[in-house]
Amino acid sequence: MADSSSDRREPTVIVDDAHVVYRVHQSAAPGTGSPLASFKRIITGDKPSTLREVHAIKGVSFVAYKGEAVGLIGTNGSGKSTLLRAIAGLLPVERGAIYAAGQPSLLGVNAALMNDLPGERNVVLGCLAMGMSPAQVKSKVQEIVDFSGINERGDFSSLPMRTYSSGMSARLRFSIAAAKKHDVLLIDEALATGDAKFRRRSEQRVRDLRAEAGTVFLVSHSEQSIRDTCERSIWLESGLIRADGPTEDVLKEYEAYTKR
Amino acid sequence: MPPTAVADSDTGISLAELARRHGLSAAGKPPSLPNYTRQLWAYRHFIASYANAKVASTLGRTKLGVFWQVLTPLINATVYYVIFGVVLNTKHGVDNFVPYLCTGVFIFGFTATTVQAGIGAISSNMGLIRALHFPRASLPLAITMVEIRNMIASMTVLMIIVLGFGEPITWEWLLIVPIFLLQSIFNAGLAMGVARLGSKVADFKQLVPFVMRIWMYGSAVLYPVTRFSDHLTGWKLAVIEANPMLIFIDLMRHALMENVPLAAPAPVLWLQAIGWAAVVGFGGYFYFWRGEKGYGRG
Repeated sequence: MADSSSDRREPTVIVDDAHVVYRVHQSAAPGTGSPLASFKRIITGDKPSTLREVHAIKGVSFVAYKGEAVGLIGTNGSGKSTLLRAIAGLLPVERGAIYAAGQPSLLGVNAALMNDLPGERNVVLGCLAMGMSPAQVKSKVQEIVDFSGINERGDFSSLPMRTYSSGMSARLRFSIAAAKKHDVLLIDEALATGDAKFRRRSEQRVRDLRAEAGTVFLVSHSEQSIRDTCERSIWLESGLIRADGPTEDVLKEYEAYTKR
Repeated sequence: MPPTAVADSDTGISLAELARRHGLSAAGKPPSLPNYTRQLWAYRHFIASYANAKVASTLGRTKLGVFWQVLTPLINATVYYVIFGVVLNTKHGVDNFVPYLCTGVFIFGFTATTVQAGIGAISSNMGLIRALHFPRASLPLAITMVEIRNMIASMTVLMIIVLGFGEPITWEWLLIVPIFLLQSIFNAGLAMGVARLGSKVADFKQLVPFVMRIWMYGSAVLYPVTRFSDHLTGWKLAVIEANPMLIFIDLMRHALMENVPLAAPAPVLWLQAIGWAAVVGFGGYFYFWRGEKGYGRG
Protein backbone atom coordinates (compact mmCIF):
# COMPACT_ATOMS: atom_id res chain seq x y z
CA MET A 1 0.00 0.00 0.00
CA ALA A 2 1.08 3.52 -0.73
CA ASP A 3 0.97 4.75 2.83
CA SER A 4 2.77 2.06 4.81
CA SER A 5 5.32 4.62 6.00
CA SER A 6 2.60 6.91 7.34
CA ASP A 7 3.96 7.33 10.87
CA ARG A 8 6.90 9.34 9.60
CA ARG A 9 4.95 11.49 7.16
CA GLU A 10 2.78 14.36 8.17
CA PRO A 11 -0.90 14.17 7.16
CA THR A 12 -2.39 17.35 5.68
CA VAL A 13 -5.86 16.13 4.73
CA ILE A 14 -7.81 13.43 6.52
CA VAL A 15 -11.18 12.39 5.17
CA ASP A 16 -13.01 10.20 7.66
CA ASP A 17 -16.11 8.43 6.32
CA ALA A 18 -17.44 11.59 4.68
CA HIS A 19 -20.93 11.78 3.21
CA VAL A 20 -22.13 14.71 1.12
CA VAL A 21 -25.77 15.19 0.23
CA TYR A 22 -27.01 17.85 -2.16
CA ARG A 23 -30.51 19.18 -1.66
CA VAL A 24 -31.75 20.35 -5.00
CA HIS A 25 -34.75 22.58 -5.52
CA GLN A 26 -35.76 22.11 -9.10
CA SER A 27 -38.54 23.53 -11.15
CA ALA A 28 -41.64 21.43 -10.77
CA ALA A 29 -42.17 18.20 -12.63
CA PRO A 30 -45.20 18.05 -14.94
CA GLY A 31 -48.43 17.66 -13.00
CA THR A 32 -47.09 19.15 -9.77
CA GLY A 33 -46.58 22.68 -11.05
CA SER A 34 -50.08 24.06 -10.61
CA PRO A 35 -50.78 26.41 -7.70
CA LEU A 36 -53.49 23.98 -6.55
CA ALA A 37 -50.99 21.12 -6.31
CA SER A 38 -48.55 23.26 -4.32
CA PHE A 39 -51.37 24.29 -1.99
CA LYS A 40 -52.38 20.67 -1.44
CA ARG A 41 -48.79 19.82 -0.63
CA ILE A 42 -48.60 22.57 1.97
CA ILE A 43 -51.87 21.43 3.59
CA THR A 44 -50.96 17.74 3.68
CA GLY A 45 -47.40 18.49 4.79
CA ASP A 46 -45.83 16.38 2.07
CA LYS A 47 -42.22 16.90 1.19
CA PRO A 48 -42.22 19.12 -1.86
CA SER A 49 -41.65 17.04 -4.95
CA THR A 50 -39.34 19.78 -6.18
CA LEU A 51 -36.88 19.00 -3.39
CA ARG A 52 -34.63 16.10 -4.27
CA GLU A 53 -31.70 14.70 -2.39
CA VAL A 54 -28.61 13.61 -4.24
CA HIS A 55 -26.22 11.47 -2.25
CA ALA A 56 -23.02 12.47 -4.04
CA ILE A 57 -20.35 11.11 -1.65
CA LYS A 58 -21.23 7.94 0.22
CA GLY A 59 -18.60 7.36 2.85
CA VAL A 60 -15.11 8.14 1.65
CA SER A 61 -11.99 7.78 3.81
CA PHE A 62 -8.36 8.48 3.00
CA VAL A 63 -5.31 10.36 4.26
CA ALA A 64 -3.14 12.66 2.15
CA TYR A 65 0.35 13.65 3.23
CA LYS A 66 2.62 16.64 2.95
CA GLY A 67 4.34 16.90 -0.43
CA GLU A 68 1.96 14.54 -2.14
CA ALA A 69 0.10 15.19 -5.37
CA VAL A 70 -3.06 13.14 -5.49
CA GLY A 71 -5.03 12.65 -8.69
CA LEU A 72 -8.77 12.09 -8.50
CA ILE A 73 -10.21 10.17 -11.40
CA GLY A 74 -13.59 8.73 -12.21
CA THR A 75 -16.33 8.94 -14.80
CA ASN A 76 -18.58 11.99 -15.09
CA GLY A 77 -20.78 12.48 -12.04
CA SER A 78 -18.75 10.19 -9.81
CA GLY A 79 -18.35 12.86 -7.14
CA LYS A 80 -14.82 14.11 -7.77
CA SER A 81 -15.61 17.82 -7.80
CA THR A 82 -17.99 17.46 -4.89
CA LEU A 83 -15.27 15.78 -2.84
CA LEU A 84 -12.89 18.65 -3.59
CA ARG A 85 -15.49 21.21 -2.53
CA ALA A 86 -16.09 19.30 0.68
CA ILE A 87 -12.36 19.21 1.44
CA ALA A 88 -12.22 22.95 0.81
CA GLY A 89 -14.97 23.38 3.39
CA LEU A 90 -17.23 24.95 0.78
CA LEU A 91 -19.82 22.18 1.03
CA PRO A 92 -20.80 20.91 4.47
CA VAL A 93 -20.52 17.16 5.10
CA GLU A 94 -23.68 15.32 6.09
CA ARG A 95 -21.91 12.66 8.15
CA GLY A 96 -18.29 11.87 8.98
CA ALA A 97 -15.60 14.52 9.06
CA ILE A 98 -12.89 16.12 6.99
CA TYR A 99 -9.77 17.48 8.68
CA ALA A 100 -7.24 19.71 7.00
CA ALA A 101 -4.04 21.54 7.83
CA GLY A 102 -4.62 25.23 7.27
CA GLN A 103 -7.18 26.35 4.77
CA PRO A 104 -7.42 24.29 1.57
CA SER A 105 -8.08 26.43 -1.50
CA LEU A 106 -10.13 25.25 -4.40
CA LEU A 107 -9.10 26.25 -7.86
CA GLY A 108 -11.74 25.45 -10.41
CA VAL A 109 -12.41 26.46 -13.95
CA ASN A 110 -15.88 27.56 -12.93
CA ALA A 111 -14.63 29.95 -10.27
CA ALA A 112 -16.72 33.00 -11.01
CA LEU A 113 -15.00 36.31 -11.41
CA MET A 114 -16.67 39.46 -12.70
CA ASN A 115 -17.12 39.15 -16.42
CA ASP A 116 -17.80 42.83 -17.03
CA LEU A 117 -14.50 43.88 -15.52
CA PRO A 118 -11.08 43.88 -17.16
CA GLY A 119 -8.77 40.98 -16.47
CA GLU A 120 -6.39 43.13 -14.50
CA ARG A 121 -9.09 44.23 -12.04
CA ASN A 122 -10.20 40.64 -11.68
CA VAL A 123 -6.65 39.74 -10.74
CA VAL A 124 -6.70 42.39 -8.01
CA LEU A 125 -10.11 41.26 -6.79
CA GLY A 126 -9.14 37.58 -6.82
CA CYS A 127 -5.93 38.23 -4.89
CA LEU A 128 -7.76 40.29 -2.28
CA ALA A 129 -10.38 37.55 -1.96
CA MET A 130 -7.58 35.10 -1.21
CA GLY A 131 -6.57 37.34 1.66
CA MET A 132 -3.54 39.16 0.27
CA SER A 133 -2.74 42.67 1.41
CA PRO A 134 -3.01 45.53 -1.15
CA ALA A 135 0.80 45.87 -1.17
CA GLN A 136 1.27 42.18 -1.95
CA VAL A 137 -1.38 42.40 -4.65
CA LYS A 138 0.37 45.35 -6.28
CA SER A 139 3.62 43.46 -6.56
CA LYS A 140 1.91 40.33 -7.89
CA VAL A 141 -0.44 41.69 -10.56
CA GLN A 142 2.10 41.93 -13.37
CA GLU A 143 3.55 38.54 -12.54
CA ILE A 144 0.12 36.91 -12.67
CA VAL A 145 -0.84 38.54 -15.95
CA ASP A 146 2.50 37.51 -17.46
CA PHE A 147 2.16 33.93 -16.23
CA SER A 148 -1.34 33.59 -17.63
CA GLY A 149 -0.05 34.73 -21.00
CA ILE A 150 -3.28 36.57 -21.84
CA ASN A 151 -1.27 39.50 -23.15
CA GLU A 152 0.50 37.39 -25.75
CA ARG A 153 -2.00 38.52 -28.37
CA GLY A 154 -2.27 42.20 -27.58
CA ASP A 155 -3.33 44.03 -24.47
CA PHE A 156 -6.14 41.78 -23.26
CA SER A 157 -5.64 42.40 -19.56
CA SER A 158 -7.40 45.77 -19.85
CA LEU A 159 -10.39 44.31 -21.73
CA PRO A 160 -13.46 42.96 -19.94
CA MET A 161 -13.30 39.25 -19.19
CA ARG A 162 -16.45 38.60 -21.23
CA THR A 163 -14.34 39.17 -24.33
CA TYR A 164 -11.93 36.37 -23.42
CA SER A 165 -11.97 32.93 -24.94
CA SER A 166 -12.80 30.14 -22.50
CA GLY A 167 -9.19 29.01 -22.52
CA MET A 168 -7.93 32.50 -21.73
CA SER A 169 -10.22 33.00 -18.77
CA ALA A 170 -9.42 29.55 -17.39
CA ARG A 171 -5.72 30.37 -17.66
CA LEU A 172 -6.21 33.65 -15.87
CA ARG A 173 -8.14 31.97 -13.04
CA PHE A 174 -5.48 29.33 -12.66
CA SER A 175 -2.77 31.98 -12.57
CA ILE A 176 -4.59 33.94 -9.86
CA ALA A 177 -5.05 30.95 -7.61
CA ALA A 178 -1.54 29.63 -8.19
CA ALA A 179 -0.01 32.97 -7.21
CA LYS A 180 -0.49 32.27 -3.54
CA LYS A 181 1.29 29.63 -1.53
CA HIS A 182 -1.32 27.19 -0.32
CA ASP A 183 -1.04 24.52 2.33
CA VAL A 184 -3.47 22.43 0.37
CA LEU A 185 -4.30 23.25 -3.23
CA LEU A 186 -7.30 21.64 -4.92
CA ILE A 187 -7.33 21.85 -8.68
CA ASP A 188 -10.45 21.03 -10.64
CA GLU A 189 -9.85 20.34 -14.35
CA ALA A 190 -7.88 23.56 -14.66
CA LEU A 191 -4.92 21.93 -16.37
CA ALA A 192 -7.09 20.44 -19.08
CA THR A 193 -7.76 23.88 -20.54
CA GLY A 194 -5.25 26.02 -22.30
CA ASP A 195 -2.81 25.11 -25.01
CA ALA A 196 0.16 22.80 -24.73
CA LYS A 197 2.50 25.65 -23.90
CA PHE A 198 0.38 26.84 -20.98
CA ARG A 199 -0.13 23.28 -19.81
CA ARG A 200 3.60 22.75 -19.50
CA ARG A 201 3.93 25.99 -17.57
CA SER A 202 1.06 25.18 -15.23
CA GLU A 203 2.35 21.68 -14.59
CA GLN A 204 5.68 23.22 -13.66
CA ARG A 205 3.84 25.61 -11.30
CA VAL A 206 1.98 22.71 -9.65
CA ARG A 207 5.32 20.97 -9.09
CA ASP A 208 6.72 24.19 -7.57
CA LEU A 209 3.73 24.53 -5.26
CA ARG A 210 4.22 20.95 -4.17
CA ALA A 211 7.87 21.56 -3.50
CA GLU A 212 6.83 24.33 -1.13
CA ALA A 213 5.59 21.57 1.13
CA GLY A 214 1.92 21.74 0.21
CA THR A 215 -0.41 18.99 -0.89
CA VAL A 216 -2.06 19.11 -4.29
CA PHE A 217 -5.28 17.40 -5.35
CA LEU A 218 -5.97 17.30 -9.05
CA VAL A 219 -9.26 16.39 -10.70
CA SER A 220 -8.88 15.85 -14.40
CA HIS A 221 -10.17 13.76 -17.25
CA SER A 222 -6.84 14.01 -18.95
CA GLU A 223 -4.92 10.91 -17.95
CA GLN A 224 -1.77 12.49 -19.27
CA SER A 225 -1.85 15.42 -16.84
CA ILE A 226 -2.63 13.08 -13.93
CA ARG A 227 0.26 10.86 -14.95
CA ASP A 228 2.61 13.85 -15.27
CA THR A 229 1.80 15.52 -11.97
CA CYS A 230 0.57 12.89 -9.52
CA GLU A 231 2.24 9.80 -8.19
CA ARG A 232 -0.82 8.74 -6.21
CA SER A 233 -4.36 8.48 -7.50
CA ILE A 234 -7.79 7.85 -6.06
CA TRP A 235 -10.50 6.43 -8.30
CA LEU A 236 -14.02 7.46 -7.33
CA GLU A 237 -17.10 5.79 -8.74
CA SER A 238 -20.67 6.79 -7.69
CA GLY A 239 -19.41 8.41 -4.53
CA LEU A 240 -17.24 5.52 -3.37
CA ILE A 241 -13.52 4.83 -3.64
CA ARG A 242 -12.82 2.01 -6.09
CA ALA A 243 -9.06 2.19 -5.88
CA ASP A 244 -6.36 4.17 -4.12
CA GLY A 245 -2.67 3.76 -4.83
CA PRO A 246 0.19 4.54 -7.23
CA THR A 247 -1.10 6.37 -10.32
CA GLU A 248 0.10 3.74 -12.80
CA ASP A 249 -1.78 0.89 -11.08
CA VAL A 250 -4.97 2.87 -10.55
CA LEU A 251 -5.01 4.20 -14.10
CA LYS A 252 -4.54 0.69 -15.48
CA GLU A 253 -7.58 -0.52 -13.54
CA TYR A 254 -9.55 2.57 -14.53
CA GLU A 255 -8.74 2.12 -18.21
CA ALA A 256 -9.83 -1.47 -18.07
CA TYR A 257 -13.10 -0.33 -16.46
CA THR A 258 -13.90 2.45 -18.92
CA LYS A 259 -13.12 0.28 -21.96
CA ARG A 260 -15.64 -2.31 -20.84
CA MET B 1 -5.45 -3.57 -3.74
CA PRO B 2 -8.27 -3.10 -1.23
CA PRO B 3 -11.41 -1.32 -2.45
CA THR B 4 -11.11 1.43 0.16
CA ALA B 5 -7.88 2.60 1.66
CA VAL B 6 -7.74 2.90 5.42
CA ALA B 7 -4.58 4.72 6.31
CA ASP B 8 -2.68 3.60 9.36
CA SER B 9 -4.29 0.22 9.39
CA ASP B 10 -0.95 -0.99 10.67
CA THR B 11 -0.78 1.43 13.60
CA GLY B 12 -4.46 0.92 14.35
CA ILE B 13 -5.49 4.42 15.40
CA SER B 14 -8.69 6.01 14.15
CA LEU B 15 -8.63 8.81 11.60
CA ALA B 16 -10.15 11.28 14.05
CA GLU B 17 -7.38 10.45 16.51
CA LEU B 18 -4.76 10.89 13.79
CA ALA B 19 -6.20 14.30 12.91
CA ARG B 20 -6.13 15.36 16.54
CA ARG B 21 -2.58 14.16 17.00
CA HIS B 22 -1.34 16.24 14.07
CA GLY B 23 -3.39 19.28 15.00
CA LEU B 24 -5.61 19.29 11.90
CA SER B 25 -8.82 21.24 12.16
CA ALA B 26 -12.15 20.04 10.87
CA ALA B 27 -13.13 21.69 7.61
CA GLY B 28 -16.31 23.68 7.91
CA LYS B 29 -16.00 24.49 11.57
CA PRO B 30 -17.25 28.04 12.16
CA PRO B 31 -14.83 30.59 13.66
CA SER B 32 -15.66 32.32 16.93
CA LEU B 33 -17.33 35.72 16.73
CA PRO B 34 -14.21 37.75 17.71
CA ASN B 35 -12.10 35.71 15.26
CA TYR B 36 -14.67 36.22 12.56
CA THR B 37 -14.64 39.95 13.17
CA ARG B 38 -10.84 39.96 12.90
CA GLN B 39 -10.99 38.02 9.62
CA LEU B 40 -13.57 40.43 8.29
CA TRP B 41 -11.35 43.36 9.22
CA ALA B 42 -8.45 41.74 7.38
CA TYR B 43 -10.69 41.53 4.31
CA ARG B 44 -11.68 45.22 4.37
CA HIS B 45 -9.72 45.91 1.18
CA PHE B 46 -11.55 43.11 -0.55
CA ILE B 47 -14.90 44.53 0.58
CA ALA B 48 -14.00 47.99 -0.73
CA SER B 49 -12.70 46.77 -4.06
CA TYR B 50 -15.62 44.36 -4.47
CA ALA B 51 -18.01 47.28 -3.92
CA ASN B 52 -16.16 49.35 -6.52
CA ALA B 53 -16.14 46.45 -8.93
CA LYS B 54 -19.86 45.97 -8.44
CA VAL B 55 -20.61 49.61 -9.29
CA ALA B 56 -18.26 49.48 -12.27
CA SER B 57 -19.78 46.29 -13.63
CA THR B 58 -23.42 47.33 -13.23
CA LEU B 59 -22.87 50.76 -14.75
CA GLY B 60 -20.02 49.72 -17.02
CA ARG B 61 -22.17 49.03 -20.06
CA THR B 62 -24.24 52.22 -19.79
CA LYS B 63 -23.21 55.28 -21.78
CA LEU B 64 -23.42 57.68 -18.85
CA GLY B 65 -21.58 55.39 -16.44
CA VAL B 66 -21.15 56.60 -12.88
CA PHE B 67 -23.16 59.75 -13.70
CA TRP B 68 -26.23 57.57 -13.12
CA GLN B 69 -25.46 57.69 -9.41
CA VAL B 70 -26.51 61.36 -9.48
CA LEU B 71 -29.05 61.05 -12.27
CA THR B 72 -31.14 58.33 -10.61
CA PRO B 73 -32.05 60.33 -7.48
CA LEU B 74 -32.56 63.45 -9.61
CA ILE B 75 -35.12 61.70 -11.83
CA ASN B 76 -36.68 60.13 -8.74
CA ALA B 77 -37.16 63.55 -7.16
CA THR B 78 -38.53 65.01 -10.39
CA VAL B 79 -41.20 62.30 -10.60
CA TYR B 80 -42.39 63.02 -7.07
CA TYR B 81 -42.25 66.77 -7.68
CA VAL B 82 -44.40 66.48 -10.80
CA ILE B 83 -47.01 64.27 -9.12
CA PHE B 84 -47.26 65.84 -5.67
CA GLY B 85 -46.01 69.36 -6.32
CA VAL B 86 -47.58 70.14 -9.70
CA VAL B 87 -50.42 67.70 -10.45
CA LEU B 88 -51.93 67.18 -7.00
CA ASN B 89 -50.38 70.17 -5.26
CA THR B 90 -50.68 68.43 -1.91
CA LYS B 91 -49.80 70.26 1.29
CA HIS B 92 -51.13 68.13 4.17
CA GLY B 93 -50.53 71.09 6.43
CA VAL B 94 -46.78 71.05 5.89
CA ASP B 95 -45.31 74.41 4.93
CA ASN B 96 -42.76 73.14 2.47
CA PHE B 97 -44.13 69.86 1.21
CA VAL B 98 -41.79 69.00 -1.71
CA PRO B 99 -38.52 68.92 0.30
CA TYR B 100 -40.44 67.15 3.08
CA LEU B 101 -41.55 64.49 0.61
CA CYS B 102 -38.17 64.17 -1.10
CA THR B 103 -36.37 63.65 2.24
CA GLY B 104 -38.77 60.83 3.05
CA VAL B 105 -38.43 59.22 -0.36
CA PHE B 106 -34.63 59.40 -0.38
CA ILE B 107 -34.07 58.19 3.18
CA PHE B 108 -36.52 55.36 2.78
CA GLY B 109 -35.06 54.49 -0.61
CA PHE B 110 -31.61 54.10 0.99
CA THR B 111 -32.84 51.25 3.19
CA ALA B 112 -35.20 49.81 0.57
CA THR B 113 -32.50 49.39 -2.09
CA THR B 114 -30.10 47.93 0.48
CA VAL B 115 -32.66 45.28 1.45
CA GLN B 116 -33.48 44.50 -2.17
CA ALA B 117 -29.83 44.05 -3.08
CA GLY B 118 -28.96 42.37 0.22
CA ILE B 119 -31.43 39.53 -0.14
CA GLY B 120 -29.52 38.25 -3.14
CA ALA B 121 -26.06 38.90 -1.69
CA ILE B 122 -25.43 35.20 -1.04
CA SER B 123 -27.75 33.46 -3.49
CA SER B 124 -26.55 35.38 -6.54
CA ASN B 125 -22.87 34.91 -5.73
CA MET B 126 -22.79 31.13 -5.38
CA GLY B 127 -19.97 30.82 -7.90
CA LEU B 128 -17.72 33.09 -5.89
CA ILE B 129 -18.69 31.43 -2.60
CA ARG B 130 -18.01 27.92 -3.86
CA ALA B 131 -14.68 28.91 -5.36
CA LEU B 132 -12.97 31.10 -2.81
CA HIS B 133 -12.59 31.39 0.91
CA PHE B 134 -13.38 34.68 2.54
CA PRO B 135 -15.67 35.74 5.37
CA ARG B 136 -19.06 35.65 3.70
CA ALA B 137 -20.25 38.78 5.50
CA SER B 138 -18.00 40.61 3.02
CA LEU B 139 -20.72 40.25 0.39
CA PRO B 140 -23.68 41.91 2.17
CA LEU B 141 -21.28 44.50 3.57
CA ALA B 142 -19.98 45.30 0.10
CA ILE B 143 -23.56 45.74 -1.07
CA THR B 144 -24.21 48.09 1.83
CA MET B 145 -21.11 50.04 0.78
CA VAL B 146 -22.41 50.35 -2.78
CA GLU B 147 -25.69 51.74 -1.48
CA ILE B 148 -23.87 54.10 0.88
CA ARG B 149 -21.94 55.47 -2.08
CA ASN B 150 -25.14 55.89 -4.07
CA MET B 151 -26.75 57.56 -1.09
CA ILE B 152 -23.95 60.11 -0.75
CA ALA B 153 -24.73 61.23 -4.30
CA SER B 154 -28.46 61.25 -3.46
CA MET B 155 -27.86 63.33 -0.32
CA THR B 156 -26.08 65.98 -2.37
CA VAL B 157 -29.06 66.15 -4.72
CA LEU B 158 -31.41 66.23 -1.73
CA MET B 159 -29.58 69.14 -0.11
CA ILE B 160 -29.78 71.13 -3.33
CA ILE B 161 -33.54 70.45 -3.54
CA VAL B 162 -34.08 71.47 0.08
CA LEU B 163 -32.12 74.69 -0.45
CA GLY B 164 -33.91 75.34 -3.73
CA PHE B 165 -37.24 75.27 -1.92
CA GLY B 166 -36.12 78.00 0.42
CA GLU B 167 -34.95 76.17 3.54
CA PRO B 168 -31.97 77.89 5.23
CA ILE B 169 -28.67 76.20 6.05
CA THR B 170 -28.42 75.94 9.84
CA TRP B 171 -26.06 74.32 12.34
CA GLU B 172 -28.55 71.46 12.51
CA TRP B 173 -27.36 70.34 9.07
CA LEU B 174 -24.29 68.92 10.83
CA LEU B 175 -26.61 66.30 12.32
CA ILE B 176 -26.94 64.75 8.85
CA VAL B 177 -23.63 62.95 9.40
CA PRO B 178 -24.55 61.03 12.59
CA ILE B 179 -28.02 60.20 11.24
CA PHE B 180 -26.43 58.90 8.06
CA LEU B 181 -23.98 56.79 10.07
CA LEU B 182 -26.69 55.32 12.27
CA GLN B 183 -28.83 54.45 9.28
CA SER B 184 -25.82 52.88 7.54
CA ILE B 185 -25.19 50.60 10.54
CA PHE B 186 -28.88 49.77 10.60
CA ASN B 187 -28.79 48.96 6.87
CA ALA B 188 -25.67 46.80 7.19
CA GLY B 189 -27.35 44.67 9.86
CA LEU B 190 -30.49 44.44 7.78
CA ALA B 191 -28.53 43.46 4.64
CA MET B 192 -26.72 40.67 6.52
CA GLY B 193 -29.96 39.43 8.03
CA VAL B 194 -31.88 39.28 4.76
CA ALA B 195 -28.84 37.83 2.97
CA ARG B 196 -29.01 34.76 5.20
CA LEU B 197 -32.80 34.55 4.90
CA GLY B 198 -32.55 34.82 1.12
CA SER B 199 -29.89 32.11 0.97
CA LYS B 200 -32.02 29.68 2.96
CA VAL B 201 -35.44 30.28 1.45
CA ALA B 202 -35.56 31.72 -2.05
CA ASP B 203 -39.27 32.49 -1.52
CA PHE B 204 -38.44 35.56 0.57
CA LYS B 205 -37.33 37.39 -2.52
CA GLN B 206 -40.92 37.28 -3.78
CA LEU B 207 -42.20 38.82 -0.58
CA VAL B 208 -39.74 41.70 -0.33
CA PRO B 209 -41.65 44.14 -2.59
CA PHE B 210 -44.80 43.79 -0.47
CA VAL B 211 -42.98 44.06 2.84
CA MET B 212 -41.17 47.15 1.62
CA ARG B 213 -44.42 48.74 0.43
CA ILE B 214 -46.18 48.20 3.76
CA TRP B 215 -43.09 49.52 5.49
CA MET B 216 -43.09 52.61 3.29
CA TYR B 217 -46.72 53.44 4.09
CA GLY B 218 -45.97 52.92 7.77
CA SER B 219 -43.01 55.30 7.62
CA ALA B 220 -44.86 58.50 6.70
CA VAL B 221 -42.95 58.94 3.47
CA LEU B 222 -45.76 60.40 1.39
CA TYR B 223 -47.71 62.19 4.13
CA PRO B 224 -46.92 63.84 7.46
CA VAL B 225 -46.43 61.79 10.65
CA THR B 226 -49.29 63.64 12.29
CA ARG B 227 -51.63 61.53 10.12
CA PHE B 228 -50.95 58.58 12.41
CA SER B 229 -51.48 60.33 15.72
CA ASP B 230 -54.77 61.73 14.37
CA HIS B 231 -56.21 58.32 13.52
CA LEU B 232 -54.48 55.70 15.61
CA THR B 233 -54.40 55.11 19.36
CA GLY B 234 -52.92 52.65 21.85
CA TRP B 235 -50.64 49.85 20.69
CA LYS B 236 -51.17 50.57 17.00
CA LEU B 237 -49.73 54.04 17.41
CA ALA B 238 -46.91 52.68 19.58
CA VAL B 239 -45.95 50.19 16.86
CA ILE B 240 -45.99 52.87 14.16
CA GLU B 241 -43.98 55.29 16.26
CA ALA B 242 -41.32 52.68 17.07
CA ASN B 243 -40.79 52.11 13.35
CA PRO B 244 -37.06 52.71 12.75
CA MET B 245 -37.58 54.13 9.27
CA LEU B 246 -40.07 56.67 10.60
CA ILE B 247 -37.46 57.67 13.17
CA PHE B 248 -34.62 58.06 10.65
CA ILE B 249 -36.82 60.01 8.25
CA ASP B 250 -38.12 62.25 11.02
CA LEU B 251 -34.61 62.97 12.26
CA MET B 252 -33.38 63.84 8.79
CA ARG B 253 -36.34 66.14 8.17
CA HIS B 254 -35.73 67.77 11.50
CA ALA B 255 -32.08 68.33 10.60
CA LEU B 256 -32.69 69.68 7.11
CA MET B 257 -35.86 71.72 7.56
CA GLU B 258 -37.46 74.24 9.89
CA ASN B 259 -40.93 73.76 11.37
CA VAL B 260 -41.59 70.11 10.63
CA PRO B 261 -44.11 68.06 12.61
CA LEU B 262 -42.32 65.25 14.49
CA ALA B 263 -43.62 61.97 15.90
CA ALA B 264 -41.82 62.54 19.21
CA PRO B 265 -39.42 65.10 20.73
CA ALA B 266 -36.03 65.05 18.98
CA PRO B 267 -33.97 63.64 21.93
CA VAL B 268 -36.37 60.68 22.20
CA LEU B 269 -36.00 60.06 18.47
CA TRP B 270 -32.20 60.16 18.80
CA LEU B 271 -32.21 57.54 21.56
CA GLN B 272 -34.53 55.33 19.54
CA ALA B 273 -32.34 55.69 16.44
CA ILE B 274 -29.21 54.71 18.36
CA GLY B 275 -31.06 51.76 19.88
CA TRP B 276 -32.31 50.52 16.52
CA ALA B 277 -28.90 50.87 14.86
CA ALA B 278 -27.24 48.92 17.69
CA VAL B 279 -29.85 46.16 17.86
CA VAL B 280 -30.29 45.61 14.12
CA GLY B 281 -26.60 46.19 13.32
CA PHE B 282 -25.32 43.67 15.85
CA GLY B 283 -28.32 41.33 15.56
CA GLY B 284 -27.95 41.05 11.80
CA TYR B 285 -24.22 40.42 12.11
CA PHE B 286 -24.73 37.75 14.77
CA TYR B 287 -27.47 36.04 12.79
CA PHE B 288 -25.34 36.05 9.63
CA TRP B 289 -22.28 34.70 11.45
CA ARG B 290 -24.30 31.77 12.83
CA GLY B 291 -24.94 30.57 9.29
CA GLU B 292 -21.39 31.17 7.99
CA LYS B 293 -20.53 27.60 7.08
CA GLY B 294 -23.80 26.68 5.41
CA TYR B 295 -23.68 29.25 2.62
CA GLY B 296 -22.06 26.98 0.03
CA ARG B 297 -24.91 24.50 0.23
CA GLY B 298 -27.87 24.46 -2.10
